[in-house]
Amino acid sequence: MKKVLSLGLAAVMAMSLTACGGGEEKTAPADNAAGTETAGDVLKLGVTGPLTGPNAAYGSAVANGADLAAKEINAAGGVNGMTLEVKAEDDEADPEKVINAYNNLKDWGMQMFVGATTSGASISVAAETANDNMFQITPSGSAVECVANDNVFRVCFADPDQGTASAKYIGENKLAAKVAIIYDSSSEYSSGIREAFVKEASNEGIEVVADEAFTADTNTDFSVQLDKAKEAGAELVFLPIYYQEASVILKQASDKGFDPIFFGCDGMDGILTVENFDTSLAEGLMLLTPFSPTEESSKKFTEDYIEAYGAEPNQFAADAYDAVYAIAAAAEKAGITADMDVSAMCDAMKAAMTEISIDGLTGAGMTWNAAGEPNKDPKAAKIVNGVYEMQ
Amino acid sequence: MSFLSYLINGISLGSIYAIIALGYTMVYGIARMLNFAHGDIIMVGGFVIFTVVSTLSLPPALGILAAVVLCTILGVVIERVAYKPLRGASSLAVLITAIGVSYLLQNVALLIFGSNARQFTSVVNVPGLKLADGALTISGVTMVTIVTCIVIMAALTQFINRTKVGQAMLAVSEDKGAATLMGIDVNRTIAITFAIGSALAAVAGALLCSTYPSLTPYTGSMPGIKAFVAAVFGGIGSIPGAFIGGVLLGVIENLSKAYISSQLSDAIVFSVLIVVLLVRPTGILGKKIMEKV
Repeated sequence: MKKVLSLGLAAVMAMSLTACGGGEEKTAPADNAAGTETAGDVLKLGVTGPLTGPNAAYGSAVANGADLAAKEINAAGGVNGMTLEVKAEDDEADPEKVINAYNNLKDWGMQMFVGATTSGASISVAAETANDNMFQITPSGSAVECVANDNVFRVCFADPDQGTASAKYIGENKLAAKVAIIYDSSSEYSSGIREAFVKEASNEGIEVVADEAFTADTNTDFSVQLDKAKEAGAELVFLPIYYQEASVILKQASDKGFDPIFFGCDGMDGILTVENFDTSLAEGLMLLTPFSPTEESSKKFTEDYIEAYGAEPNQFAADAYDAVYAIAAAAEKAGITADMDVSAMCDAMKAAMTEISIDGLTGAGMTWNAAGEPNKDPKAAKIVNGVYEMQ
Repeated sequence: MSFLSYLINGISLGSIYAIIALGYTMVYGIARMLNFAHGDIIMVGGFVIFTVVSTLSLPPALGILAAVVLCTILGVVIERVAYKPLRGASSLAVLITAIGVSYLLQNVALLIFGSNARQFTSVVNVPGLKLADGALTISGVTMVTIVTCIVIMAALTQFINRTKVGQAMLAVSEDKGAATLMGIDVNRTIAITFAIGSALAAVAGALLCSTYPSLTPYTGSMPGIKAFVAAVFGGIGSIPGAFIGGVLLGVIENLSKAYISSQLSDAIVFSVLIVVLLVRPTGILGKKIMEKV
């Protein structure tokens, strides 16, 4: 019996060895090609995201956005003579499955990592990329911890930075001088944004006249919070919350005849999809969103995207598209070549990322700091006639 | 002026708690059990109305009627299937069964309707009142809620004191054994109590969802717990107690939200319960029960 078992184990080992050998063999011709002609050089970018399951829309958009950017860059001559190759693996937005997906990509020969799509998976895989010193850029992982390691950068705003960006936007566009906040004190996302907003508000000459909270247990009744905002003379109500609760707030405010400007962050995206929600209540609602398929600067992208993938792009696709362009710009700056090892590439990229500036779909003149956070102008949309209109 | 607005909204919220608390208190008074599934019947009522009014586009009155009928049947069925077989069992076993029924209802609703919140179309089409040049706005649903609660209270008191069935309920609540000896069908009386309580829950569901227009499978659970607190607060088993407890709780909750902290309102509500129970263990209108030694 034992003999059978050990034989079996030996067989498995042998198979896994051949599997490894196979992987090396696959990359070998590319290396050979590199020696003979530079045009054959390939820079392999791995992408992970939920391609199946309830969040599949996010992951597919990231995979497509990255793919489209790579094709455009290759058509324009590639990066330092290298062509970009993108491969996406499914991580189901799961913190464990993303590790498998990442390892599969490494076996494929990935040299830089674009991912993960969701915050939880991104935080989980960051431990692996730090170990390997693999350059990582997450298009849409917005939780603070996503870029904790110095090899990780991101394209989207961090959650609390949306608070700073919102205050800046409101201040610079002189939307209101008196602002009320209604936030969910039981959610890290919401209270993080609110804290950053309050901090920045005073710099922008915004007076926070009412700062009201609710919790997950009391998220159906906002009459007192709205009364206090109205009483305090708020011209704008800042809602750093998810759209389900916001839909109730809009309804109750309209019942009260309270009609300020409502302003939300990315959690507000989806308000027009609430079942049985009277979307006319959302008219005039503003939200911070990095991308709108209908705005002038993203028209070409939207057309190409629909032609290639048969669906309208969302902000995830735009984030991934910008991520790949950022990689291309940084790789050019750092003089990355395909024969560098992953760790050396990462060190060069880390330095180069802080020196580049790109005009992306999600912001013009984007730059990055060494902590991995992007610096770009916030963009806001206003709901007019039931669709987003970029401001 | 804002104080008046908070107070009126508090009374309206309290009226909803009171209507729910009536269901708790009647069932407790008669069957000596805490029906924790009561809050979820509210949610079922809400979904019935939502389906009839928003999905099938039928008039709101029909929706409320359907909700009352279905919730009544549901209440009686739950009593028959889950609680009646446990009539002789310890009160702990019944309590746990009630919690089980509560989760069952929530999860069935989750299966059928999913977890996404949907916006509830108000079933009350009464225009709001604008007083003092718009400084004080009382919405139509607020007024309807308060009036409905008073009407239900008055009707229920008359029902219990004037009708035979009501007298039978009183008798069963005082002494089951003696009531049986007097020829009262205890099981039937308990079933009627559940029917009335569940019908009230349907009405509460309509008012709750019209005031706070968000409907999820968990809609009923927090108001259910607050109404239970209100029932204990007013003196569980006492009908006027449920009314007073409910309204007081609603007012305390809203005023503490407005003047102390919107974050701490729940903590304050439950602290009030603890203090009341320490000072008056039987609640405001609760009867002192003499222990027979």
